[in-house]
Amino acid sequence: MDNETIISLLYVFALAAFQGYLVISKVPPLLHTPLMSATNAISGISVVGAIVLAGSQHDRISTILGVIAVISATINVVGGFMITDRMLRMFQDKTGKKK
Amino acid sequence: MQIPYLIEITYLVASVLFIYGLKAMSHPTTARRGMNAAAVGMLMAIAGTLLHREIVSYEWIIVGLVIGSIIGAAMSIWMPMTAMPQRTALSLAFGALAATIVGIAEFYRYSGELSAFKMSTIDFEVLFGGITVTGSLIAFAKLQGLVRGTPVTYKSQNIVNISLFIAAVGIFVYLIFFPVGTLFYVMVGMAFLFGILLVLPIGAADMPVVMSLMNSYAGLASAATGFALNNKVLIIAGTFDGFSGLILSILMCRAMNRSITNVLFGAFGSAGTEATQIEGTMREISVDDVAGQMAYAR
Repeated sequence: MDNETIISLLYVFALAAFQGYLVISKVPPLLHTPLMSATNAISGISVVGAIVLAGSQHDRISTILGVIAVISATINVVGGFMITDRMLRMFQDKTGKKK
Repeated sequence: MQIPYLIEITYLVASVLFIYGLKAMSHPTTARRGMNAAAVGMLMAIAGTLLHREIVSYEWIIVGLVIGSIIGAAMSIWMPMTAMPQRTALSLAFGALAATIVGIAEFYRYSGELSAFKMSTIDFEVLFGGITVTGSLIAFAKLQGLVRGTPVTYKSQNIVNISLFIAAVGIFVYLIFFPVGTLFYVMVGMAFLFGILLVLPIGAADMPVVMSLMNSYAGLASAATGFALNNKVLIIAGTFDGFSGLILSILMCRAMNRSITNVLFGAFGSAGTEATQIEGTMREISVDDVAGQMAYAR
């Protein structure tokens, strides 16, 4: 990896960090629990790395590790989004318009 | 269009959808729509990854995705609503495990030809990942009542934790210059151990703060994976998580009128001394919060 790539990755990192700070500081305490669940679901993005690992057929150990990683990351993604949705559904009954 | 660019575009759209989704979480009425957008983003990122040129066979990927989806869905459907915090902790442990495993596999495959930069990203990945795996498992066990919920303290706890931490950092630095296999696995083991020791002294009532912090670590582990694999969606989503988790745990502490150091290390000093405690809780609340809570009260 050349230095230019590293620098551009660091730019992405710094801006994403700042963005994360800005977006979250406006969330009311009422929504803290669903928010935690939501960020948890999104941290399942490591499934992307796991998929490449499982599919590249480099050697047997890598493939086994990859499959375990895909399973755990998918549990995180699917479970995380479904739970968040279940929590948020509790907020919507009141208005009567939705659902 | 060339495939690599197509993948990058799906990642870009996924990143935008994640940020939009979390932004929409700032109000109860838009929150659900936002999460649906984020879920679409996740699907796009996964679909884009399937086009990756390194992937030669799909059977194992599909097996993994199917098994994971079934377990994840089962866990979220059959767990009672009151057990939600535990479930989030468990889900967190799985996500961190995935990041840790990817890091270990990277090391295993390329050991010997790793640049200092790549080695340090892998170091970060397994360190944060490992701490999160066992840390959230302990959080899960405490919330579920499998482990005593009260803070577990013993004499010389500080010394044990600090020396373990220093040893891990020492190995971390050493590995950047000399990537030795055995030492790497020792560090992974230490990360797992550290996660346990870090959460044991914290009471079950403070677990949401711990989980938010663990969420932050899991995000940083994903971001480190992104640096190792030169994958921007991993960096964006991971960093976003990392910092939002950190801010969220600080906000949660503030809502309880406590400092984050008090929550995390409050039990460490109290092993022998018995200070006078103020009973009851006091919660500061703003007008916006009251309005929100009243609107959705039953």
